[in-house]
Amino acid sequence: MKYVDEFRDTYKGEALLWQMEKLCHIIGKPLKIMEVCGGHTHAIFKYGIEEVLPPSIELIHGPGCPVCVMTKGRIDDAIAIAEYPDVILTTFGDTMRVPGSRKSLLQAKAEGADIRMVYSPLDSLKIAQENPTKEVVFFGIGFETTAPSTALTILQAAGENLKNFSMFANHVLVIPALKALLENPDLQLDGFVGPGHVSMVIGTKPYQFIPQDYHKPIVISGFEPLDILQSIWMLLQQFVDGRCEVENQYNRLVKPEGNTIALKAINQVFIERETFAWRGLGDIPHSGLKIRPEYALFDAEIKFVIPNRTVADHKACQCGEILKGVLKPWQCKVFGTACTPETPIGSCMVSSEGACAAYYKYGRLSLVEKNNS
Amino acid sequence: MCLGIPGQIVEISDTNHQLAIVNVGGVKRQVNITCIVDEEHPPESCVGDWVLVHVGFAMNRINEEEAAETLRLLTEMAELMVDY
Ligand code: SF4
Repeated sequence: MKYVDEFRDTYKGEALLWQMEKLCHIIGKPLKIMEVCGGHTHAIFKYGIEEVLPPSIELIHGPGCPVCVMTKGRIDDAIAIAEYPDVILTTFGDTMRVPGSRKSLLQAKAEGADIRMVYSPLDSLKIAQENPTKEVVFFGIGFETTAPSTALTILQAAGENLKNFSMFANHVLVIPALKALLENPDLQLDGFVGPGHVSMVIGTKPYQFIPQDYHKPIVISGFEPLDILQSIWMLLQQFVDGRCEVENQYNRLVKPEGNTIALKAINQVFIERETFAWRGLGDIPHSGLKIRPEYALFDAEIKFVIPNRTVADHKACQCGEILKGVLKPWQCKVFGTACTPETPIGSCMVSSEGACAAYYKYGRLSLVEKNNS
Repeated sequence: MCLGIPGQIVEISDTNHQLAIVNVGGVKRQVNITCIVDEEHPPESCVGDWVLVHVGFAMNRINEEEAAETLRLLTEMAELMVDY
């Protein structure tokens, strides 16, 4: 497949690794690099990138999985909406197994709630048109990558004057989360591999504060193995040259200014929340989006009464420490025993973009045994 | 979640709703192209363009020159390894 296969070439990968070895030798000290985006975490495990990297590089898997950071309280709210009579709740497949305080959407569906998985938010509009006597609510989650599509969906619903469609908006923003992470004294990082598809929307400029205020380099990266390897190589090159900058490895898709049409759609429909709660990271100011009052007709938080309760995470779950890169999944007591992808206790075990599920699925248990022995 | 797949626009299927048919790895899908259409790029001109598809939307155009440049750099690096 074009733009995929070329970026999976093993020979070029070996050349990058060969260069990296040399750079690591010059740097001469261990490095901690965080990949922010869950898509990168997934790719890193799928292609076994951790195993082939020079041993002085440690990858920390960051909080960039919108499913993993969804709180139990918000899942409970979505379930409460789905359990209203005459409601059809539509959602991306990823959210189905995230545990709420009593159940997941999947369990609610098994108990009779009408919950349907969709591929695109636009599919929900079609369902609303086909079911005029029902209220169709889309459970909107995702980072800036997904927000333009849900914004455009609301604009289309408004244009068509659709009365039985609304959205339960749970969009989260990468920049405030990165700020919160960088403010955390526990965190000791040398640099970042930056999210590629978020950046294709927001551009590279919003990351300037990372080198400027926190003196850490960041390289925006694509998702194929060569993209990720090249991005880490670019970070190493910055360390060797004594530079500290925002660099863009993924310039086939990411422009400095991002996608202005997409940004305009986001700003037209959404507005920042004062604060939004992230699982494991707690409340982060200005880190979530809600629907603007102009589009209140399409705001499920206004259309429905929701419990809106804060629910503490499971006592055993270390998701928070894992998202911050302070602990590794195998250091969680219930990892792989009580908590597995089939019976997730925390949301990092739900999606293959979460560090726990990635370790579990891609045979990282051998590593666990090694680390425990 | 932020997953995206490259695909090529083969046909504009609905100008009013800005929908196009995109060939994604041999499978044809209807995709919304609002995010890549402006005065300089009217829908008709998008046929043949490579785009990144995410949840039913073309989120950005793939820049062919930049992609080629990245690969050229990597090829050079691989050649260095041979010489070594
Ligand atoms: S293994 Fe399960 S319980 Fe432990 S941190 Fe990961 S998701 Fe939470």
